[in-house]
Amino acid sequence: MSTQESYVTEDGRTIGPTVMEMKNITLRFGGVKAITDISFDIREGEIRAIIGPNGAGKSSMLNVISGFYVPQEGEVWYKGKKRPPMKPYQVAEQGIARTFQNIALFEGMTVLDNVMTGRIRQMNAGLLSQAIWKGKAEKEEIANREAVEKIIDFLEIQAIRKTPVGRLPYGLKKRVELARALAAEPSILLLDEPMAGMNVEEKEDMSRFILDMNDEFGTTIALIEHDMGVVMDLSDRVVVMDYGKKIGDGTPDEVRSNQAVIDAYLGVAHD
Amino acid sequence: MSEQIVYALEVFANGLMSGVLYALVALGFVLIYKASGIFNFAQGVMALFAAMTLVGIQNGQVPFAHLINAVLGTHIHHFGWHIHSVLALIFTVGVMILLAVAIQRFVFRHLVGQEPIILFMATIGLAYFLEGFSDLMWNSEIKTLKFCVAEGTCLPQGMNMAIDEAAYNAFGTGFFIDNLDISAAIVAVMLVIALVAFSQYTKQGRAMRAVADDHQAALSVGISLNFIWILVWSVAGFVALVAGIMWGAKSGVQFSLSLIALKALPVLMLGGFTSIPGAIVGGLIIGVGEKMFEYCFGTGQCFGGIINLGGATENWFAYVLALVFLVFRPQGLFGEKIIERV
Repeated sequence: MSTQESYVTEDGRTIGPTVMEMKNITLRFGGVKAITDISFDIREGEIRAIIGPNGAGKSSMLNVISGFYVPQEGEVWYKGKKRPPMKPYQVAEQGIARTFQNIALFEGMTVLDNVMTGRIRQMNAGLLSQAIWKGKAEKEEIANREAVEKIIDFLEIQAIRKTPVGRLPYGLKKRVELARALAAEPSILLLDEPMAGMNVEEKEDMSRFILDMNDEFGTTIALIEHDMGVVMDLSDRVVVMDYGKKIGDGTPDEVRSNQAVIDAYLGVAHD
Repeated sequence: MSEQIVYALEVFANGLMSGVLYALVALGFVLIYKASGIFNFAQGVMALFAAMTLVGIQNGQVPFAHLINAVLGTHIHHFGWHIHSVLALIFTVGVMILLAVAIQRFVFRHLVGQEPIILFMATIGLAYFLEGFSDLMWNSEIKTLKFCVAEGTCLPQGMNMAIDEAAYNAFGTGFFIDNLDISAAIVAVMLVIALVAFSQYTKQGRAMRAVADDHQAALSVGISLNFIWILVWSVAGFVALVAGIMWGAKSGVQFSLSLIALKALPVLMLGGFTSIPGAIVGGLIIGVGEKMFEYCFGTGQCFGGIINLGGATENWFAYVLALVFLVFRPQGLFGEKIIERV
């Protein structure tokens, strides 16, 4: 099957052509190799998971995609073009939004303000226009507020719209961070351990949001998890990493029956 | 009204006005501290530099005249023209933006992620450099600052004038307020409104607050830290310019202008390092406090003169008040209380 052909999944979603491709990525920190020669692709509209045990290099991979790390070797192809080395904010401007494992929110600002910052890419009015609140700025702000309210509704955080983020509990913060990333209307949404530290109920909520996001907005999602169970139910295709190397890539079923993956997760007897 | 009460009110009002001037300087500190966590020791010198640049441009002074003359053996000092105040103001804003770019490019870009104490030391270095640089550029003579929007509509001068000319006789009761102080108060209010509107309602303002809060998160939504820091230093430069104009008009443009930064310190301790309203209220409290304290206890004119410290309390009152605040409320009146979750 060529990776460029669209196809329809069993539950009726359309998976489009490749939107991002990582080619032979190698990332070193001094003498330590965090990622060794990894290649994989992300297709439009799919939920792509990167899994692996702790220290496998998953977060490093996400940081390479979002521009926080620059790999020593390999190429990143985005929307059919080779991407030159970029600063994280330039990557974000290109439409790649992300969340963080340890939550990076603007704690002093309200939930609404936090989500609004996600739309900085969609604000183009000049300073003067913004200052006098006329013309382009006014139209833009109204459109942006509408989009943001829609996302706030969608993620069921209406009740805390005006609350400063610093006061919220962990689970809600995770959701606000997701809202901010989603507000950017990203071409690819990167989620770094969206369910880390959550209880079962919160995990179920988060899974539902991720599926609905993908379904309703058609958002392409790449997510990292080390909890295999959750990932297998969510994702269309899975990359498995261990010690910085790719040891498996395919549908959840293919990955589950892959001997290298089973070894990595359950351990293997060396004799 | 008895003469005593009118006089006390006059002292109070003048305290309020000088408080506004303190607040103007403190504002510059707060802006940079909030957005980048840098305590900018050079803020006072920036005000001096801005005022000198404004006067220099107005009078058509040749920049670096002494240096040029010493190297080339020439004797040029002035271009021989005078530039309209408003035009000179615009040029000076341009110079302050260039300064912001240079500071970011040559100093702080290389210190990203360093300890706050190292950034603080860098600003001390910056202060001394800028002080020498402004002397070299515009020479170190004391200059008078005359700022006129149009013929006859000038910013009042604070020095070399008779009381009747320099002050506004309110209600004809012998209640005098310095004309310059009134203008300063109006300008300060406008400046604060503009700053609040900028930071609350514009994209750049929102980005500035975002950067102040979390660098990583700001990057991930597409904000360039470098651009925001240049923006912040430019805004602080602009605030320094306004403070420089007001203080320059009050007491002449000279080296001592850079020392107003020291008066801003107690203001910040009172108001909190991260709060714009705090800077204003802190400035007013210090301004009124030191004038009233001097009036009541320094010269012993209250309560039948039971306490008379013999004057000069203005020199230390602000610092002692700051010390008291440090003991009982270290985050200041409006500062954010730091709560670490365990």
